[in-house]
Amino acid sequence: MTAFGKLIRTTAFRLTLVYLFLFALFAASLLGYFAWNTRRLINEQITTTVNAEIAEIQIIYARRGLQGLATTLGYRALRPGANLYLVTTPEGRAFGGNVESLSPGVMASTGWSETAYRRLDERDTANHYALVRVTQLDNGFRLLVGRDLEERRRLFGIVANAAQWSLLVVIVLGIGGGIFVARRVLQRIDAMTGTTRRIMAGDLSGRLPVGRSGDELDRLAENLNAMLERIEALMMGLKEVSDNIAHDLKTPLTRLRNRAEEALASSGSEAEYRAALERTIEESDGLIRTFNALLMIARAESGQARGNMDDFDAADVARGIHELYEPLAEDDGMTLRVKTTNAPLHGNRELIGQALANLVENAIKYGKPSPVVQPMDPIIAARTREILIEARREGNHVLLSVTDHGPGIPEADRKHAVERFVRLEASRTLPGSGLGLSLASAVATLHGGELRLGDAHPGLTATLVIPALSAAGDRLAAQTPDVPQKVA
Amino acid sequence: MRLLIIEDDRESADYLVKAFREVGHVADLASDGEEGLSMAEGGDYDVLVVDRMLPKRDGLSVIGSLREKGNRTPVLILSALGQVDDRIKGLRAGGDDYLPKPYSFAELQARVEVLSRRNVGPAEETTYRVGDLELDRLSHRVARGKDELTLQPREFRLLEYLMKHAGQVVTRTMLLENVWDYHFDPQTNVIDVHISRLRSKIDKGFERPLLHTIRGAGYMIRDGLR
Repeated sequence: MTAFGKLIRTTAFRLTLVYLFLFALFAASLLGYFAWNTRRLINEQITTTVNAEIAEIQIIYARRGLQGLATTLGYRALRPGANLYLVTTPEGRAFGGNVESLSPGVMASTGWSETAYRRLDERDTANHYALVRVTQLDNGFRLLVGRDLEERRRLFGIVANAAQWSLLVVIVLGIGGGIFVARRVLQRIDAMTGTTRRIMAGDLSGRLPVGRSGDELDRLAENLNAMLERIEALMMGLKEVSDNIAHDLKTPLTRLRNRAEEALASSGSEAEYRAALERTIEESDGLIRTFNALLMIARAESGQARGNMDDFDAADVARGIHELYEPLAEDDGMTLRVKTTNAPLHGNRELIGQALANLVENAIKYGKPSPVVQPMDPIIAARTREILIEARREGNHVLLSVTDHGPGIPEADRKHAVERFVRLEASRTLPGSGLGLSLASAVATLHGGELRLGDAHPGLTATLVIPALSAAGDRLAAQTPDVPQKVA
Repeated sequence: MRLLIIEDDRESADYLVKAFREVGHVADLASDGEEGLSMAEGGDYDVLVVDRMLPKRDGLSVIGSLREKGNRTPVLILSALGQVDDRIKGLRAGGDDYLPKPYSFAELQARVEVLSRRNVGPAEETTYRVGDLELDRLSHRVARGKDELTLQPREFRLLEYLMKHAGQVVTRTMLLENVWDYHFDPQTNVIDVHISRLRSKIDKGFERPLLHTIRGAGYMIRDGLR
């Protein structure tokens, strides 16, 4: 397609043409109406004055006869202006007036007509036009009185001229404007098309150009850019997951395989086989757990779990998780405490419970204070071995937090820690899939909130910040919930 | 115990039939929904094991149809759809228990046996007895021999569930589901800790242990002499 072909195919250009046509039609009808009315007005004026004059002349004729008529006409014809007078005898000869010639047949019938004429006293030979009325006088004489139509003609000339010029100007400006607008739109669309082609070719980092005017195309570009950002993030996530699956799931699978192979190769006793099989089952259970966690994250992230939501108090969940994990923490030498106030939520209770359980498990696993060299005050030592589960409402949000006093996570690593399969170097030695925090984060996101990792000086505070029940209605509408900026 | 397994995948079906027969049950097999429905209606089964995704008629509709006709045979749903929502849907459709794939046979066996007991045993007793251990569900009293035991409320419910299914294997997941009402996989041995606390209260200092660990499956409470 040629550049011009492309241009005239744009919506902007086509719209311009349609508007151009409509405006031309409008202008023409306006001018036409104006011209027609003017003509009617002029004719009316002429008719009135001519009628009046004829009445006057007839009175004069009736009083003073032909002689008086001739004198009056001769006198009137001398007046400046454009009036025409002619009296003919019954034989059709000119008897008086200022007309030299008329279109043939004008004098033959009485009444109104338009005619070309020439005056006696004029030198120029061009024909003029006049509106005349012929009346029958007594004795077969006929009288013609008329007015020149030059003025009307000139007026029409001006109107026609104006119409032509304005039409020309409208067309030129319209087409020019159309091309200008269309080109502008086309340039931006072409820029967008170019970017989308690049993106389709695989370069997901491309973004559409956004102008400063904030017009509809800019808004479109902004929205498309936001969409691209989301897609890019999802694609990155997908890639990361597949990389991590490749790494983190292949390792246990290989281990599984090696053990089976080893057991098969050795001529061991039945007890040895049994042990090998038991280890195999254990390993595959671990794999299944990891897969389940991955599936759950995927479900939470895709929003599928949204169907099964109801209203409940997060404080109950916190107390339930506390009750479940308290003995475990105690066995590990930690103290698990719970502090709750009313915290109404609308959500998936099971998922919230699981997210909180993950945080507690993490705290028990990784939240032990780092070995202290100096002897420590026993009260402080006891406090550092404490894990606190809290559920409370803060403004429009419910905060579910788990605080430990272990080594914590350095600020730089916190964002990273939430990602799937990420296990910070410090925690590599302990068992786990590295999915606990990402599941908690996915659950928070599903509920329109987020997971925040903070410093407990020392230690880690992991907080699920989720819109509270009364704000649930707004939450569904809002894409990015406004969450309180500070978590105590 | 007579079992009907409705499962379309040949290999897993054969494995299940064989495994159940090995542990001493009678197991029949139906390989699609319609066949399963007619067999379940005709035969006198103690438990049905139903796959959710079946040819001709899906598992949930088979169960729904049975329940509509007043058939109360306990049903365990086996499904690859293992999320909480799926379970709830399955249980609402009339299933009595739900086990996501992949599963261990020990877990399946434990659940099926618990289900079969529910079908025949006396509905709800007020007092459970295992050996010299006695649990009164109404007064929340637990005693072993002459000694009165003090249990936390949750320990009481744990023991109650175990004693209700005395002589049957109860898995960790079953405990988590039935005592705590959670349906997720804890990454840690959180149930074992609760069991060991309970054990220290009911078995410590007594000659005969009642609470047994079944390797690779779960726990069972029973009088050691039986």
